[in-house]
Formats: sequence, structure tokens, C-alpha cells
Amino acid sequence: MNVVEIEGLSKMYETGFLKKKRNLALDGLDLQVKGGQIFGLLGGNGAGKTTTIKILMSLIFPTAGTARVLGRDAADVAMHSRIGYCPESPYFYDYLTANELMDYFGRLFGLDAAARKRKTDELLTEVGLAEKDRGRQLRKFSKGMLQRVGIAQSLINDPELVFFDEPMSGLDPIGRRDIRDLIAGLRAKGVSVFMSTHILSDTEALCDDVAILRAGRLAASGKLGDLLAKDDAGRSLIVEVQGVKADEIRGTVEFIGGATLEATPDGANITILDESDLDAVLAVIRKAGGRLTRVEPAKLSLEELFVRDTSA
Amino acid sequence: MPEQNFLSTIYAVARNAFREAVRDRVLYNLIVFVLLLTAAAIFLGELTAGQEARVVTDLGLSATLIFGVFIAIFVGVSLVWKEIEKRTVYSIFAKPVSRSNFIIGKYLGFCVTLLFNTLVMAVGITLALLYVGGTKFIAGVWPAAYLIFLEMTIITAVALVFSSFSTPALSALLTFFVFVIGHFSSSLRDLAQAMGSEAAVVFFNVIYYLLPNFSLFSVISNAAIGQHPPASMLGFATLYAVAYDIILLTLATMIFRRRNFK
Ligand SMILES: Nc1ncnc2c1ncn2[C@@H]1O[C@H](COP(=O)(O)OP(=O)(O)OP(=O)(O)O)[C@@H](O)[C@H]1O
Ligand SMILES: [Mg+2]
Repeated sequence: MNVVEIEGLSKMYETGFLKKKRNLALDGLDLQVKGGQIFGLLGGNGAGKTTTIKILMSLIFPTAGTARVLGRDAADVAMHSRIGYCPESPYFYDYLTANELMDYFGRLFGLDAAARKRKTDELLTEVGLAEKDRGRQLRKFSKGMLQRVGIAQSLINDPELVFFDEPMSGLDPIGRRDIRDLIAGLRAKGVSVFMSTHILSDTEALCDDVAILRAGRLAASGKLGDLLAKDDAGRSLIVEVQGVKADEIRGTVEFIGGATLEATPDGANITILDESDLDAVLAVIRKAGGRLTRVEPAKLSLEELFVRDTSA
Repeated sequence: MPEQNFLSTIYAVARNAFREAVRDRVLYNLIVFVLLLTAAAIFLGELTAGQEARVVTDLGLSATLIFGVFIAIFVGVSLVWKEIEKRTVYSIFAKPVSRSNFIIGKYLGFCVTLLFNTLVMAVGITLALLYVGGTKFIAGVWPAAYLIFLEMTIITAVALVFSSFSTPALSALLTFFVFVIGHFSSSLRDLAQAMGSEAAVVFFNVIYYLLPNFSLFSVISNAAIGQHPPASMLGFATLYAVAYDIILLTLATMIFRRRNFK
């Protein structure tokens, strides 16, 4: 079942009072997200990730198109009892303590006092908010502490589906690990996750399906693995060598069946199009006195995919 | 997931709105009020022999009105605007909270704050009257304070409507105009009638019927001469205020519902 269905979604922002400036943030976006997995919405700054999520939360209204969440219209208030959301750089009532905020939000879902207390303790522990900080007013919280509270509050109702807009932003390495574990744990519990990010290592570590946005349009989508494998149609290999001067062997290497060579600080990375060329390349390296350090299948790195798909 | 009904949502929002007002030190105005009243009770007596009770009543109720209006305007305009500006609405509206229930909750929570504020002031005036021996004025103070509270609920609702489409500064200014004009609209209408100008009559009639008529709620000068309003007047004022509040809240909700949160 699809947890999110977006069809022909467009959003035009109009700013300025007298001289209206128009900005098309989403341009006919189509997107389906399957349940039971971690979905990653990728894209550079200003690609339209936050805009998409805000429409799904019905915080803003689309100029055209439809957005459905859990089979309901995004504006259906009752459906909201089944989802969670942590905004980008979240900000909460700064006169409340973390405990009070969780309690207030628990009330909005109709949880009784015991359940509110239990979920508050459980979730604040899970996001790694120190016990001594839980009774402090949020105005005294750092960005990363607020981010943790933001993640915790989004789970107070045991949602079926959660939306995280850049969940790792502002977190230190330990916080990132905590939240990464938490998100992976959600999937294990059968919760669907829809997250936006431009941190590629998190995407690689967590996401099943991804979609890449570029200027409000879908640039690519599918299984992360498929997207990465897409371009190395053959059985290309990357051969990493050290202890050679790249320029000295370039001529010989690039003579071998379409191999390409890229200089590195202490050697070279050679891409060959077929495994059968490996012996020839190794012979050249040995002759030049180089050392083989790695051979691996030429997968497009997510960085490359991302840059190519967002800047073209 | 337990069933959530809209009343408990409104209650939760209202409860938090009250807490917000308390933590943002809105009630600190009471300290100033009490100091003012104490000073009046102690020092004025020497200047106005035999008139202390009248002065305490007049001064106390006027201060209740002015402080109350001031708070209603300034907190009222930022009540919802601040939540949009600081983006606290994001996490609220991703939860099963409708925009109308949120506005109603914020409004009611703040009205409870105003009620509490007015209550403490009325108690203060009562104590001051006991101190200066003006027991017979007390019966007039409480209905007057109640009417002031009703007036403030309308002013808050007006502020809410303006702030749903304009900036807090402009909203505060416009709300203040409504407050001033609302106090004089019935006199202005009478004046226009006396002048006999057709255009003026129409104009001031429009203002009279469009803007709230706050003269319905002003009995301070009556209280200051020991009178108290009949129950029928209190009843009518209550109905009038509640009807006005409902209309204004509906209007604010209709505007707020279509808003995109930046
Ligand atoms: N409130 C707004 N008013 C006007 N334009 C806006 C508004 N919010 C976003 N935009 C514009 O819409 C486009 C998409 O913005 P959006 O915030 O969705 O990007 P994003 O992918 O979340 O970027 P980031 O990675 O920086 O968070 C941008 O060009 C941005 O300038
Ligand atoms: Mg964003």
C-alpha cells in the first residue's frame, strides 16, 4: 500500500506586496511512496523538499495537484492522529519544559495521564535527552537538543507514518548515531518513515527507496541500489593503485579497451570497462613499480548521482 | 489510539494558552495595580475628606479597564500571530487539531487569564473599599468589573481578527481605534441625529451597527456614585458580548483556515 500519493503537485510562492514575485517551488511533482520502509526525499537547497512535506502536513496549500497521506486527503484532520512530524529546525513553546511539551502534545492525541508520562520518559530517553535537561525550559535548549525533542514529540502517538524534515540537522556525532538507530528501529517496528535529507551517508545507511528533487521536479526515483547501479551497465571495475605517477602510465593504460585514469594524491584510480582487461592493467602497474591497493565494482557513488541529478 | 474529541483538544490548547500568559508574566500588571490602589487608599483619603470610597471605586475600576484593554490588545494581537511567526504551529497542525479548534482554544485560554486578572483587581478594590469604609460601593464594583471583562473578550476577538491578516503593530492600532470608536459610537449617532444631516446619520449608523457598542459595558461612573446595574442589563450585555465574540471568532477562523504558514 502507498502511504503517500502525490499527483501533479505544484506550489507557487508569491511574495512582495506591491511588486509580486513568483517562485515556482514545485512543478508538477508525481510521487508514490510505499509503506513499511524508509523513504528518502533528496535534493539540494531549495529543491522543494520542505515545501513537499509542508503540503503533506497541510501547513500550506498546493497551487495545483493533489496530495494524499495514508489514503486520505492531506487536509483530513482525523488522519493526523496516525502520523507524526518533526519540522526542519523545529521550534517549540520556549516557556515549556521538555516534559511539559510532551505532556501537552500527548493531550492533543487524547492520551491519558499515565500514557503521557510513560511515552514522555520512554521517548526522551530514546532520543538521548539527558534526564537533568528534561525539566528545563526549552528557551535554554541548544539546536541539537531541540532537534532531539522534535523527534521525540513526533512519536508520542505511536504513528504509523512519520515525516522527518532533515532529522540529523544540528546533531553531534552521537546524536546522529542515536537518531539513525531510532529511525532504523522504527522500520523494524513496521513504522513507515518519510525523511528529507541531503546527508548522503545517512541516506545510504537508512533509505530503501529514494526520490531526487531538482527545481521542484522529480529528477530520479527508485531503489537506492538500482539508482546507484544504473550507469555501470557492464561490469566496470575501479582499480586503485599507489606508488605510481599517474601521468607516466596514463598513455599506456588508456590504450587498453576504453580504460580511463584519474590521478589521486599518491597514485591513480583506473576505471576499466571489463574484467578481462584487468590483467593488462595490472601488468602496466607492476612494470611502473606501482602497488595495487583495491579493486571494486564501479558503482556510481551517491554523491555523483546526487550532484549529477541536481545540477544538470 | 483513543478517540479524541474536540472539547478535549480545545481544553488542552486553552490550558496551554493560560500557562503561556502566566509564564510570559502577563499577570505582573497586578502588582502595579495593587500598588496604585494601596497608594490611593492611603494618601487620597487625606486630600478628599469623605470622598475616599468614591475615588477608590472610580480609580480602581478605571485602572481595571485601562490595564485590561492594554493587555487584551497587546496579547490579543500576538496570540496567534506569534505562533505563526515562531513556527510553533507546525507541530500543532500536524496533530489532529483543526485550525478552528486551535483558535478557539487560544482565545478561551486567554479569556480565562483576563477573567483571573479582573477577578484579582475586583478583590483588590473590595479590600480597599473595606479599608476606607465604603462598604456600600462594593455592590456596584463587581457588576462593573464583570462588564469590563466582557468588553475585554470582545477587544481580544477584534485583535484576533485583525492579526489574522495584518501585522501586530497595525492590528494593535486598528483594535485601539475600534475600542475608542466603540465607546463613542452611540453618542456619535445621537449627535448625528441631532444635527439632522442625512449623510452623517447613515455614516454613524453604519459604524454603530458594525462596531461593538462599548457604552453598553461602561458603568464605572454609576458605580462611583454607589449605583449598581439591574440584572436585566447584565444579562443583555452578556448575550451581546457572546454573540459578538462568536461572530468575530468565526471570521478569524475563516481567514486563518486559508492561510499558508510561511
Ligand atoms: N515561504 C516562502 N516564500 C517564498 N518562497 C519560498 C518559501 N518557502 C520556500 N520558498 C522557495 O521555494 C523553493 C523550495 O524551498 P524548500 O524550502 O522547499 O527547499 P528545500 O528543498 O527544503 O531546501 P533546503 O535543503 O535548503 O531545506 C525555494 O526556491 C525557496 O526559495
Ligand atoms: Mg528544507
